[in-house]
Amino acid sequence: MSPAMPRADYVASDGLGLAAAVRAGRVSARAVTDAALAQIAARGPAVNAFTTVLAEQARADADRVDAAIAAGRDAGPLAGLPFAVKDLFDVAGITTLAGSKINRERPPAARDAAAVAALRRAGAVLLGALNMDEYAYGFTTENSHYGPVRNPHDPTRVAGGSSGGSGAAVGAGLVPLTLGSDTNGSVRVPASLCGVFGLKPTYGRVSRAGSTLFAGSFDHVGALGRSVRDVTAALDLMQGPDPEDPVCSTRPAEPCLPLLGDGVDGLRIAILDGHFARGGEPEAFAAVGQVAAALGVSRRVTIPEAHRARAAAMVITASEGANAHLADLKRRPQDFDPLTRDRFLAGALVPAAVYVQAQRFRAWYRAAVADLFGTVDVLLAPTTPCPAPRIGQDRIVLDGVEVLIRPNLGVYTQPLSFIGLPVLSVPVTRPGALPLGVQLVGAPFREAHVLRVGALLEAKGVVAAAVSA
Amino acid sequence: MAESPTREELGAYVDETAKRVGLPIAPEHRPGVIQFTGVLLASAALVMEFPLPDDVEPAPVFRP
Repeated sequence: MSPAMPRADYVASDGLGLAAAVRAGRVSARAVTDAALAQIAARGPAVNAFTTVLAEQARADADRVDAAIAAGRDAGPLAGLPFAVKDLFDVAGITTLAGSKINRERPPAARDAAAVAALRRAGAVLLGALNMDEYAYGFTTENSHYGPVRNPHDPTRVAGGSSGGSGAAVGAGLVPLTLGSDTNGSVRVPASLCGVFGLKPTYGRVSRAGSTLFAGSFDHVGALGRSVRDVTAALDLMQGPDPEDPVCSTRPAEPCLPLLGDGVDGLRIAILDGHFARGGEPEAFAAVGQVAAALGVSRRVTIPEAHRARAAAMVITASEGANAHLADLKRRPQDFDPLTRDRFLAGALVPAAVYVQAQRFRAWYRAAVADLFGTVDVLLAPTTPCPAPRIGQDRIVLDGVEVLIRPNLGVYTQPLSFIGLPVLSVPVTRPGALPLGVQLVGAPFREAHVLRVGALLEAKGVVAAAVSA
Repeated sequence: MAESPTREELGAYVDETAKRVGLPIAPEHRPGVIQFTGVLLASAALVMEFPLPDDVEPAPVFRP
């Protein structure tokens, strides 16, 4: 029985720091897990990030890690690392809610989702499931069934969404690493508003097997974490082919963790202009400027038709999302969250001609952006147009125009996930101000490029996770 | 529907299309559905007005 881990030590470390301490025998996995459970009990209710806490299972998993270490066996690269997952990943033994009331009637999952299993195999300890927008259709996690997730830095404000619990759990120091999903920005938006790192890998890079899909054309599994190396370690364990996910790439895994120290020499970096340089608050663009200045970047490039890409993403998302829930929309619309129901219903009414045209436009846009990546490796853009809005806030003035705040939180993320580009949202250091993220955008399957840039910015202190523990 | 439709036109579109796809819309949900249909059809207009070359295939690929 090792001594208890002080709360201050627990919340001060990133995930790999905790795993290294466990592997070296400086602290037991059980002590780390108990510290995580204590932090979840102390700070969790204020942010409402968890829908299920798996205390007993977590302690048992931690004891197995400690037993392996005591026996001289390798306990895995994430030994004892506490993590939690958005409640749309299957976790064996509990029902996957996907933020809904309807799915409560379903039986418990028989096995873990592929991404969850990959982290647990590596020794990570699963602490529970995290709150989200119903069926992932939202950017604010003001969930009517389970309550809004509150921003760790100001409880009157949203945490972002749809992976709001995943952002708040890291930002409040509950766990250093979480899994989320990103269809139009659902990893990156909460990462920006909660002040943590958020990685959306290339579409098809990570298996979605065992996760509840929202809009299959765009659904990605991603990670939110305390450090660049934390989300990179998660990527390396989760990536690679999986025949159980029909869109998972057959491309072999390309580990990124060994490349994090490579710096940015030789990488062509530019600031995204046009759509990504308007329609936001000045501080969103100032955050991009901070990152660009640290990298010595002044070149600006434009992605053509990005506003139209966003429109096409909305059409495809609404159509596929509505179809996934059509039977329930017909039979029991009253059981949906009022914040998603009317959008799902409207999505069922989109003409086929529009859906198909949007999918053809997607192919055109992919080719246009591929041309751009012939001259540049990493693009910089704001993640969100503003810091976290207040819970319940409907409208905001951006660039002198009053707009609906909820859909506009994805204005800069949607045109990028639309064609599956890898993106790392980095939390820009802004002492005394609410967090804001900047997107580092790479060419398809070039996660290593954006992670190398993120690691350099982190080493320079330009970006750092803001934890309000 | 490429020109900005009126609320009445949107309402008629919602009622007719919902009937065709067998989707009952409760009176209390109808205003919200009309609002979001307006948003979606505005996005649809942006997609449909863009001149695409004939040889551009839809993005998803089916592998038998």
